[in-house]
Amino acid sequence: MQTLIEALQEALKLLLTLDARLLGTVTLTLRITLTSLALSTLLGLPVGAALGLTGRLPARGLLMAALYTGMGLPPVVVGLFVFVLLSRSGPLGELSWLFTPTAMIFAQTVIALPLVIGLTMAAVGSAHPELRPQLRALGATRWQTIATVLTETRLGLLAAIAAAYGRIVAEVGAVMLVGGNIEMKTRVLTTAIVLETRKGAFALALALGLILLIITFAANSALLRFGNWNGQPR
Amino acid sequence: MDNHVESPDLYRMKALRKDYNGRTVLHIGALTINRGEIMAVVGPSGSGKSTLLRLLNFLEPASAGELHFDGRAMPADPPLATRRKVTTVFQRPQLLNRSVSANVAFGLRLRGSVADNGRVHQTLERVGMTALAQSTTRTLSGGECQRVALARALVLQPEVLLLDEPTANLDPYNVNLIESLIGEQHLLYNASIVLVTHNVFQARRLAQRCALLLDGKLIEVAPTETFFEAPTDARVAAFVGGQMVY
Repeated sequence: MQTLIEALQEALKLLLTLDARLLGTVTLTLRITLTSLALSTLLGLPVGAALGLTGRLPARGLLMAALYTGMGLPPVVVGLFVFVLLSRSGPLGELSWLFTPTAMIFAQTVIALPLVIGLTMAAVGSAHPELRPQLRALGATRWQTIATVLTETRLGLLAAIAAAYGRIVAEVGAVMLVGGNIEMKTRVLTTAIVLETRKGAFALALALGLILLIITFAANSALLRFGNWNGQPR
Repeated sequence: MDNHVESPDLYRMKALRKDYNGRTVLHIGALTINRGEIMAVVGPSGSGKSTLLRLLNFLEPASAGELHFDGRAMPADPPLATRRKVTTVFQRPQLLNRSVSANVAFGLRLRGSVADNGRVHQTLERVGMTALAQSTTRTLSGGECQRVALARALVLQPEVLLLDEPTANLDPYNVNLIESLIGEQHLLYNASIVLVTHNVFQARRLAQRCALLLDGKLIEVAPTETFFEAPTDARVAAFVGGQMVY
């Protein structure tokens, strides 16, 4: 218990003195996680919305099974897959992305994408079946109908984004594999926590953990605030 | 230049059919709906009444046959300007998760009439919802929801108002209010109204002509007085007499 209290005190001290290494790790974490989230959202929301709005699809069962498998993919397997793809002898080896933040963004986007697609599809699909005919009966165009359905299901869409961010920000296995945990280059909060704990530097590890919690809390609060926005038709 | 001459018939249907999964749910040999009339379509549940409204609002294409609106044959997806002449109040109103006022303004906003707050306010007054204008629709009772749904349609001043069981499961106060609003809309704006109901008393109170649908087939269409007092088909007599008809 005493160790924990001392570690927490040390953590607060590190946070308040704005330790340079700490700041570097936090900045890189934010850059990588937010870029991954933006990419997975930009790609996943339209695909998920299209799937949710389309009732019948050929091979829908197979598509759903693949999607749900993707939602539960072990991150370390994704990391391994991306590692092989980006390794010098791999099909994307010429890009020289391995052990760079770009490789980490690639891996995290792959991890989050099925989650965004699946949860967006579920949110849009949960809209009442009579909503779209009602909107059309009120004179909505096809795009006005889609925009209104998305606005009406915005809480579900935000939940999809929040879940994706949760998965991205907590990820350690894949980014460790493809990033290599290189200080001031590819070291992010989660990989730094693992390293500092192994070294016995509990205070720094706890400080990193606290920051991770604060970032996640801030991100979710912002999303919830956005969810309470009262949408208007376009 | 459009030389289109206004047709006296608002809708004209010929051999109109709608199938779902290979099953015919509506088959109308011939039916005309006149401009400016209130027509009630009665019939038991599952007789195809709501399907007829969906075809009249161009929400779904017919499987076969002809549907003429305003003197023109309607394609599967009519132009937006034509679609916007017609609106429907559904049995279960799908109100948006916004304020009452935003719901009523919704159709106007779709048409780009953002600043027409006066029309929204006036319509809210007509349906007695001014006090709840800023409330979210989640807090409303069933009757209030239906009044908002009706206001959302009335504010558009549509040429054609389609009503699908607009007073089902409502208390007498709300039934009276909604019925008087329907009559008022007809008088004020000469709106053509098609009212689907299985309440024959309501059909008699509001409509100028009535039609009976059974198993997706049109049994009889007649002026309201004739429909109730001297129908030609025994099934109409049985239905308006309160007997179950199959």
